[in-house]
Amino acid sequence: MLNRIIIRGGFYGALVFFIIFSASPFYVMLITMFKRGHDLFNPNNNPFFFNEPITLEHLDLLFTQTLYTKFLLNTFLVGIAVVAITIIFAVPAALSLARMAGRWGENLGIGIFLTYLIPPTLLFIPLSRVVSTLGLQNSLWSLILVYPTFTVPFCTWLLMSFFKSIPREIEEQALIDGCSRINAFFKILLPISIPGIITVIVFTFTLVAHEYIYALAFIQDSGEKTIGIGMTTELVRGDVFYWGALMGGALIASIPVAILYTLFLDRIISGLAMGTAKR
Amino acid sequence: MAVVELIGIKKYFGHVKAVDGIDLEIKDGEFLALLGPSGSGKTTLMRLIAGLESSTEGKIIINGEIVNEVPPRARGIAMVFQSYALYPHKTIFKNIAFPLVVEGLNKESIKKKVLWAAGLLGIGHLLGRMPSQVSGGEKQRVAIARALVRRPKVLLMDEPLSNLDAKVRHTAREELKLFQREIGVTTVYVTHDQAEAMGLGDRIAVMNEGIIRQIGTPEEIYHEPVNTFVAGFVGIPPMNFIEQDSVIIGFRPETFLPTELITDKDLMKLRFRVERVENLGSYRLIYGTIGDVKVISNLSLPYPIKEREEYDFSVRLQDIRYFDKEKGVSIKK
Repeated sequence: MLNRIIIRGGFYGALVFFIIFSASPFYVMLITMFKRGHDLFNPNNNPFFFNEPITLEHLDLLFTQTLYTKFLLNTFLVGIAVVAITIIFAVPAALSLARMAGRWGENLGIGIFLTYLIPPTLLFIPLSRVVSTLGLQNSLWSLILVYPTFTVPFCTWLLMSFFKSIPREIEEQALIDGCSRINAFFKILLPISIPGIITVIVFTFTLVAHEYIYALAFIQDSGEKTIGIGMTTELVRGDVFYWGALMGGALIASIPVAILYTLFLDRIISGLAMGTAKR
Repeated sequence: MAVVELIGIKKYFGHVKAVDGIDLEIKDGEFLALLGPSGSGKTTLMRLIAGLESSTEGKIIINGEIVNEVPPRARGIAMVFQSYALYPHKTIFKNIAFPLVVEGLNKESIKKKVLWAAGLLGIGHLLGRMPSQVSGGEKQRVAIARALVRRPKVLLMDEPLSNLDAKVRHTAREELKLFQREIGVTTVYVTHDQAEAMGLGDRIAVMNEGIIRQIGTPEEIYHEPVNTFVAGFVGIPPMNFIEQDSVIIGFRPETFLPTELITDKDLMKLRFRVERVENLGSYRLIYGTIGDVKVISNLSLPYPIKEREEYDFSVRLQDIRYFDKEKGVSIKK
């Protein structure tokens, strides 16, 4: 009996610890965005509570004195475009690599993954030449062009292991049941792959939203900035950090991502698991 | 209903000769079992007929039409895979209906045909479920119903019973034979299980190393094997072989009995040293040696046998088969 209480206690203790661990950044963001500047910067105040009445001054700064909504919109637009490009390239690439017989498929797959491993901190130098030659500097198009260089390999790899877990016989059955290859892909393979494709969409979106280096290197106009660089360049002025606005902006930007993950959590997990294990 | 002819079919994967020259005619409405060990090329041969592989050489003819260049969907064939390959995201009804939907039939006739096929296989009550919600035996029936719903000219089955447990497999085998007779579809059935081949096949083609070693009725295959491969592969336990000068003498375990129990006069008498007795209920398997050659007797009659003792055993001369020692082919004596 005592044993069971200890085990249960340990279990709930761990649960509470992890809930606090993962929720506390959101909590800090939430209270910081409503705290008065004076409250925020007084080292004698308890940082986890409101010590003075709340204020909306930071939100006002965020929405009226910066192009915060434009940043969000830009990120969203780039995200949509990059997701579309990624799906168009990664799905057929992954399918052919997964179905390619022999060593060629595997080596090509590894080769594609290797390109993902080259750090953007090196790549942005040659890519900035490309961007300027094409005349895309200071435009969202530069990001739409460059982001697929890492989302496509990553998602190809992810989808490849996903397609490998779908038995070839299911495709062949479709061929025998009257489908052409194209038909078999759209009518059978694609619907089965929806968990994998949703995973890819969510991952691509996340990758785009938190990309920093390319956005910083290629975009200088405030109106063309994405959320990651927009916030950090417009709300950190010299050595002055606008903490309230920064926290508020970060929290608001993370809400759609959180909703996306929560909505599709089951599918994402089954998408990732499908990639690793056979059903 | 259809006749399938294969002429000089070869299929090489690089240096591997999966199918190495096969001539075969499958008659209209026939149930042909392709029997062979794994790697013998039997599945490749079936995939060639289906059009999932293209042959390196040779012609495949279905109902007089050369179909080498015809894609699987236009060959009028249906196939049941070993894994059943049910579409996991479709209900049982939609699985069975899929070939008809692709064909572009209207809803009324699709429903009618699906109900017909489901009724034939006794799975009418499962139509609303998903493939993950039905048992292995039911999946197999769904796969067969989906294969039959289009009324194929040729039905191809790749070890459809091997994923079932032993009990279900027995009844499934019986049903398979009954409905195949009922609808009379030309059937090619790949298996490595000789009991399935013997029980189901009108004829059996025994394959090894990419070629057909023998083709014939189950009786011919069992009683008149044309070479030592077929003799040794078919039969559980397999045929006993004893080398004698330039010939190999073969006899089935159930013909190798204590001399006292045989009434015939024309016998070959052998001294049998018993090593081990396996009692399997209705019969005993007796493992032992003649000289230093291992042989097995299958004894279903009561007769006292003890391990580690010698007995007088005999084979009737008419039950003995002779094979050439060099080539392993059957010799008539």
